[in-house]
Amino acid sequence: MEILVCVKRVPDTSENEIELNSAGNDIERDDLVYSVNEWDNYAVEEALQIVDKAGGSVTVVTVGDDESEEVLRREMAMGADKGILLSDDAFEGADGRGIATILKAAVDQGSYDLILTGAQADDGAAQVGGMLAAMLDVPYASLVNKIDVNGDKITVGREIEGGNQEMHEIALPCVLSIQTGINEPRYVGIRGIRKVASVEIPTLGAGDLGLDAGAVAAKVKRLDYFLPDMGEGAEMLEGDTDEIIEKLIEMLKAKGGLK
Amino acid sequence: MEPALLSPAHYKFFHIPVALFAVLIPLVGTAAFVFIMKRRLDPMLTAAPDSRWDRILGRVIKVLKIWLAQWRQPRYMTAGVLHIIIFAGFLILSVRSTTLVFLGFWDGFVFPGFGGAAGHVYAVLKDYAATAVLLACCVAAVRRGIFKPERYAVPKRYGKDHTGEAVFVLALIATLMISESLFEASLVAAQIQQLQPAEFLAPGSLAWIFRNMLVDTPITQLQSLHIGAYFVHDITFFFFLCFLPLGKHFHVITSLFNVFFMRLERGNIKPVLHGVADDQLDDLESFGVKQYQDFTWKHVLDFYSCADCGRCSDHCPANAVKRPLSPRFISIKGRDYAFNHFPLLGADQTKDDEYRLIGDVYDEDEIWSCTTCGACEQECPLGIEYIDKIVDLRRGMVEDGNVPQSLQKPLRALEKRGNPWGKVEKKRSAWVKAVAEECPVKLLEKGAEAETLYFVDSISSYDDRMQEIAQATAKTLDAAGVDFGILGKDEKDSGHDVRRFGEEMLFQDLRAQNTDAILESGARQIVTADPHAYNCLKNDYDGLPPVRHISEVLLEKIKKGVLKLSAANGDGKVYTYHDPCYLGRHNSLYEAPRKLLDAISGLERVEMLQNRDRSFCCGGGGLMLFYEPEEEQRMGVLRVQMAAAAGANVIVTACPFCLVNMEDAIKVAGMEGKLEAIDLCELVDRHTVA
Repeated sequence: MEILVCVKRVPDTSENEIELNSAGNDIERDDLVYSVNEWDNYAVEEALQIVDKAGGSVTVVTVGDDESEEVLRREMAMGADKGILLSDDAFEGADGRGIATILKAAVDQGSYDLILTGAQADDGAAQVGGMLAAMLDVPYASLVNKIDVNGDKITVGREIEGGNQEMHEIALPCVLSIQTGINEPRYVGIRGIRKVASVEIPTLGAGDLGLDAGAVAAKVKRLDYFLPDMGEGAEMLEGDTDEIIEKLIEMLKAKGGLK
Repeated sequence: MEPALLSPAHYKFFHIPVALFAVLIPLVGTAAFVFIMKRRLDPMLTAAPDSRWDRILGRVIKVLKIWLAQWRQPRYMTAGVLHIIIFAGFLILSVRSTTLVFLGFWDGFVFPGFGGAAGHVYAVLKDYAATAVLLACCVAAVRRGIFKPERYAVPKRYGKDHTGEAVFVLALIATLMISESLFEASLVAAQIQQLQPAEFLAPGSLAWIFRNMLVDTPITQLQSLHIGAYFVHDITFFFFLCFLPLGKHFHVITSLFNVFFMRLERGNIKPVLHGVADDQLDDLESFGVKQYQDFTWKHVLDFYSCADCGRCSDHCPANAVKRPLSPRFISIKGRDYAFNHFPLLGADQTKDDEYRLIGDVYDEDEIWSCTTCGACEQECPLGIEYIDKIVDLRRGMVEDGNVPQSLQKPLRALEKRGNPWGKVEKKRSAWVKAVAEECPVKLLEKGAEAETLYFVDSISSYDDRMQEIAQATAKTLDAAGVDFGILGKDEKDSGHDVRRFGEEMLFQDLRAQNTDAILESGARQIVTADPHAYNCLKNDYDGLPPVRHISEVLLEKIKKGVLKLSAANGDGKVYTYHDPCYLGRHNSLYEAPRKLLDAISGLERVEMLQNRDRSFCCGGGGLMLFYEPEEEQRMGVLRVQMAAAAGANVIVTACPFCLVNMEDAIKVAGMEGKLEAIDLCELVDRHTVA
């Protein structure tokens, strides 16, 4: 099975201190550390596990600048066979539809049975998977947390509200957006990254993909970017544990939560 | 004069000279033994290399102390004394047993150097030795078979109980002692009956008792007994010899070599592959131990040498809290693997390339459960190593991507930001602001210069509570008149536990960055209050200025009168000092912290039962803080209970990780208000007289 996994390089948001830039239209990126979007790691791991069982190969693709090559290498260190970097000045500032358009052009150049994306990106809007499927006119399942391959059909599990699980049969080729928790992504050590440091990664621009700048230009523009004001409603209870519990019980009683 | 009894060399049984058997038995026995040993050597010959031929003098000293003098045996008094008796008896009786083998076909054989007066002295010595060994065997058999000390128990998941094997061997030894004594006693009894000069038998010894019992026995029966005892001894001797390499009594043969080749240094970690320099590591196809033959030959020898005494696991904190790790079974499983896959008869059963030790012989959680505290290695009476094996197995898992999710995030953060929380580099020196007025801390990252570099390391730099240790360290250094600075954002995590968790290349990156920054700072000595950093800079780094722990520096300043401490009189508290593993066991720094406490006059200090090299790990530092083990309780909880049992209400540590674990444990154990934990530097800081 030939699998394409779409990945993205995102700012690592866990400990980064996000600040707005002076223009107020983006975050200050100088001090940021970037990494692979967390969901994408699960997608790559799932692809590797499918190939382990069913054979085939895994290709990782990203839309980004030269620095995005780093995330392709990391996924190749995990075990992906091939990386493709889609990079062009014309791609800068592309919105979800634009990214999906670029990816569709790349998909058309290959022959993939299965296309995986992360369910969403840390800095994204969870649009690309669905749009890409629509553009390719193939079936799509989102928030997938289980995949079983049997022949040319696959069964996928989806997580739905309230912790419920539903199962679907879906025909190949298709696009799936992968939820975290579907597997346990393997660790990529420094040694693994060094091993793939010199592997050639082809870069495709708008021309190579047969795209013109207009086709990918953003139709959704970011107008503003700010940290929301701290709202009211949170009350910190103080005192030792017993006092806090007592206060909490009183409050719950007062508001009718406890009778 | 006719001999009182015919010796086996002349005795005929139905016209067949029994000397024939006395020649055949040793020949067959020795041949079988050589064959078995060859099979046991096979896995060692194809194992990974190991450099163990250095520093011969140091190794000889280890042999004299740990092997010959049985230095570590009395740490368990009853078992230790019994073992020393049997061990010394074996050494003494080896001459006698060898002599007996020759006497079977060579009448009057005397072991070279044991004729004349020396022979008579030796005869007395060996009579008592045989008696003592027999008594020790009886006590040991009762102990193993009836009292069954808990540490010999075999948990179900590790297979069957080993008591049968232990008692069987004790019976073999007893048989040797009894048959040797009977052989001699029967001859002496006959000599007495025939009024011939008889060999003197040590009064009260086994042979002496037998002689007294046999003195009226008819000569013909004595003759049969004499020959019978000889062959019982001969057969048992060679059976025992060949039986040794089949089980836990292999240590009788291997211990001498195992101790000779044991590790001479502590606190360090073996290279990825002996003989391969760090800058050639990228060329290696595989890292760490994934398959059995990736172990070094010394590690296979370790497996063979395990006597199954259970001392390692008895002191293993992971085992104590029921994590799925028992060091004893790391060895037993490793030994059984060699026995099964390199069978005495039949071809080697080497597995295919896909095969992995992890999952088949060892479990992932078993290998991640180790805090590398070193208690097992400290206890092992014959120098078996565990930490290097654990680290090597982790190296293999890291390369296979087989790392628990809980550890992946901190490892990635260490790679990107140089600390396991992924905090911003420029915040590494944020803790200095709180003490800026009392003691300005020089930032060497900005080009300032200082005689001493204070290496803070990640946890004391970033953790809110542990920053107080950094602040106290800075204040005490300042009060002691030390000219010091910190590297600030140029400092990265020392990588101590990155290396011990098997991510060698990330460790080497961190080491390279720190080494550059330290050398560039121009500092002439390094001080740290974090034992993990201390151990790492001292034992894992090269070419740095001398590294000292803060307790050594402060103690020196107190002795010189530069640093003065106020008295603790009347604070009504009882203090106990907890030895951090990487200060104590790994670096033998036991006294300086205690002397520092005692420098606070009037401070009441007690010792926990498990102190110094028997200190009990708090739960582990570095990446171990992030790992989520399966366990029934926390190591720290056991440790704070030990402090309470010692009558202490303040537990003093000298390690930020210990402090994290102790403070958590006090809460978990519900001992808040009864017990508090404090860092040594904090305590000194409170008592510093301006």
